[in-house]
Order: sequence, then structure tokens, then C-alpha cells
Amino acid sequence: MEKTTIFLNVNGSRHEVHCEPRKLLSDALREDCRLTGTHVGCEHGVCGACTVLLDGRPARSCLTYAVQADEAEITTIEAVARNGRLSPLQRALHECHGLQCGFCTPGIVMTFEAYLREHPSPTEAQVREALSGNLCRCTGYQNIVRAILLAAEWMRAESVDVPA
Amino acid sequence: MPEALALLSLHGLDAKVIAGGQSLAPMMNMRFAQPAHLVDLNALSELNGVARSGDTLVIGAMTRHHEVATSATVRSACALLAEAAGTIGHYAIRQRGTLGGSLAHADPAAQMPLIASTLGARIEIVGPSGSREVPACEFLISVMTTDLAPDEIVRAVHFPCMRQGERHAFEAFSRRHGDFAIAACAVTVMLADNAFAALRIGLGGVGDVPLVLDELAATCIGEAADAGAIARIGDAAAAAIDPHDHPDISIGYRRDLVRTLTMRALERAIRGGTQNT
Repeated sequence: MEKTTIFLNVNGSRHEVHCEPRKLLSDALREDCRLTGTHVGCEHGVCGACTVLLDGRPARSCLTYAVQADEAEITTIEAVARNGRLSPLQRALHECHGLQCGFCTPGIVMTFEAYLREHPSPTEAQVREALSGNLCRCTGYQNIVRAILLAAEWMRAESVDVPA
Repeated sequence: MPEALALLSLHGLDAKVIAGGQSLAPMMNMRFAQPAHLVDLNALSELNGVARSGDTLVIGAMTRHHEVATSATVRSACALLAEAAGTIGHYAIRQRGTLGGSLAHADPAAQMPLIASTLGARIEIVGPSGSREVPACEFLISVMTTDLAPDEIVRAVHFPCMRQGERHAFEAFSRRHGDFAIAACAVTVMLADNAFAALRIGLGGVGDVPLVLDELAATCIGEAADAGAIARIGDAAAAAIDPHDHPDISIGYRRDLVRTLTMRALERAIRGGTQNT
């Protein structure tokens, strides 16, 4: 199949990628952009490990073709920590022991970085509903839920401190 | 749009339209679908958006489920549609998946075909020789089979707005959260002096296409909307379906689910917890 040239704006860097149109965004990010923090689990949209932000919205990178993301703004797990400092959500996952093997964690972080911006005060039930799109085979989810609720609390407190 | 239509005409059955890709991409990843060409509609911004025009809610085919679920316009004009859209797949899936894509995919257990059928929506289709509109119940022909020709594209869906005071509920059951439902039920109810003044009952996951029980609903008009009526309608809905037997899901189990979901939906709608705002 003939290769095509696209430009992916990933975490603020512009990547020129030569790929077949059938190449998944998840594979382009890992193989062409050399950003292997985005994990590939099920490749059919169920496990959520490959979730990235596509123009600010969470998307399964395994269900998106790289050519569809030509010129789009993509954010991956590599850009969530700023200046070596973990985001509140990442800190909360660390604090609450919200991961074990860590395979699912990048997808959870990317999903909830977006979710908590849209839902700053979620109930536990809402967190569990949203978390249903990310499979974790280690933790049993309890500590992930605790971490997300804690992160929401921290982010609310932070946003109060920051003048609008 | 002209370019997309020209590509479909050129490639015929070798081409497939991709909208949100939340069903087609998994099918391609698993090699169940192997189209030679994909025609991507994501750049066609004219297919996005929600607009109310009189008693009709017009939603562009590429409008994402998340927008359908959260749009103030949809919630006020067609709250049943918003409620059901908010239950599709998962949060990230709803950011990409589209209304038109879900209808064109025509999974018999999916939410949008059920709601479009129950509410009597019309599907606006554009093709090489112009556009046409088809009622949802005629658009949906069988499992993953619609009236759409290979060179046509769904442009928009026209939903009749729900009426003032009309109540609704959507209930679905699946073994894992976010999976396609084993069975689902959508109802709308108008009450007058605690009796049914209008009633619509739609069932999903029970056959090749959603089943709208208009005849059953007609027999209920004027009847008191009480526990006895709810139980009778639940039994009648369970008896009305003709599902496929499935190794994991027997016909009897699916009938029981339909009875329970129909009763739950009616109880919740009659209580009026989810009226149009």
C-alpha cells in the first residue's frame, strides 16, 4: 500500500510521519513518534489503554487511523507531567496506590484528565461509570476510584487558588 | 460532500464510509471488515450540529454521541434521545461515535436505532441524484443492513420533538457496563387523569431490527396507568418478541429481561422522573 505523509502535532511537537493510510494512530504514536507511553491492549476499543486526547477530547488511538489525525493536536501520557512534576491525577494515583502493573494507567490518566475538566465534582458512581471504559486486571479498581476522587478534590482546591 | 459522494460512486462496494469509527475500526482490526477504501466524513463540518426547527429536531449525522447526550437543545426537545445517547459504550467512545454512524451500522441492540424507531425519526440521505428521507423503521432492514445504497451517505436525522408533558424512560441490560445490550426498552408516556393518553414502547436486542409495539400501545389508551397495567404491558411485550435462540442467552431469559425492562421503564416514566425540561 502506498505511503502518505502526514503531520501529527503531539504534545506540542510536530512530527512528520510517512505511513500507510491503514496505520492506526496508536501504532504511529509508538512506532513513528517513538512515544511508547500509549499502550495497546485489545485493539477494539474495550480496554481503554490506548486512550489519548485528540483535539482535547479522549479518543481510542487504536480506533483512529493516523491519517485521520493529520494536523490534529494530540496529547499523550508523556505530556501530562509538567516540568518533572506529576499532575494532580498522577500524584493521586501514586498516593492511593492506584496502579500495580501500570499497563492500563496511561489510558486512565488520559481519560480522566479530560473527564475531570468536564466534571469537576463527580460522585463515586459517576467515576465508576466513566472508569468502565478502562479495564484494569490488577487493582480491583477501588484504589483507582479513590485516586480519581482525591484528584478531583485537589483540582477543585487548585482552581480556587488560581484567579480566573 | 460532493467529493465524498464522487469517491463512493467511483469505488462502489469496495468503499466504506467511516464516521466515528467506533464500530467499523474494531471490525477492521479484527479483519471482519476489509474495505479497500475508506471515505472519511470527519472533515465535513456541515454534518455536525443540533438544530430545532418547529416541532422537529434535526441532528447532523456526524454529531457525536456525547454532544447528543449533553446538548441543552436535545435535552429539552427530545430528552429520551439524550438519555439513551449517554448510555452508549463508554465516555471516550461517545466522544468519537456518531448518530449517523450508529444508524448506518444498524446493530440490532444499539441505542440509536431503537430510539429513532420508537420516536418515528426520519433519516435524511444524500446520494448522487439528490437527497431523500426515509422513516427509521424502513431505513433499518435487518442486522447491520439498511436502506442506504453503497453510493449514499446519511446527512441528518429528523426527530419529532417530544410533546410538553410527555414522559420517557430508557432501560437496558448488558452483562458488562458499556457492552451492547442483551435487551433494551424505550417508552414515552402521556397521562391524563392518571390514564394513558399516549404511549410508545420500543424494544431493542430482540430481533433483527428494533420492535415498536404500536398495536399493544393502542390497546392501553384510556386505561389507568397503574401497577396492573404495567404488569400486563410487561407480559404482552415479553410475548410479542420473536428472538433468536442463542447458546448463552435463551429465548426465555430474553423474554424475562424484556418483561422486567419494560415494567421498569414504564414505572419510571409514569413517575415522571425524566420529563422534557
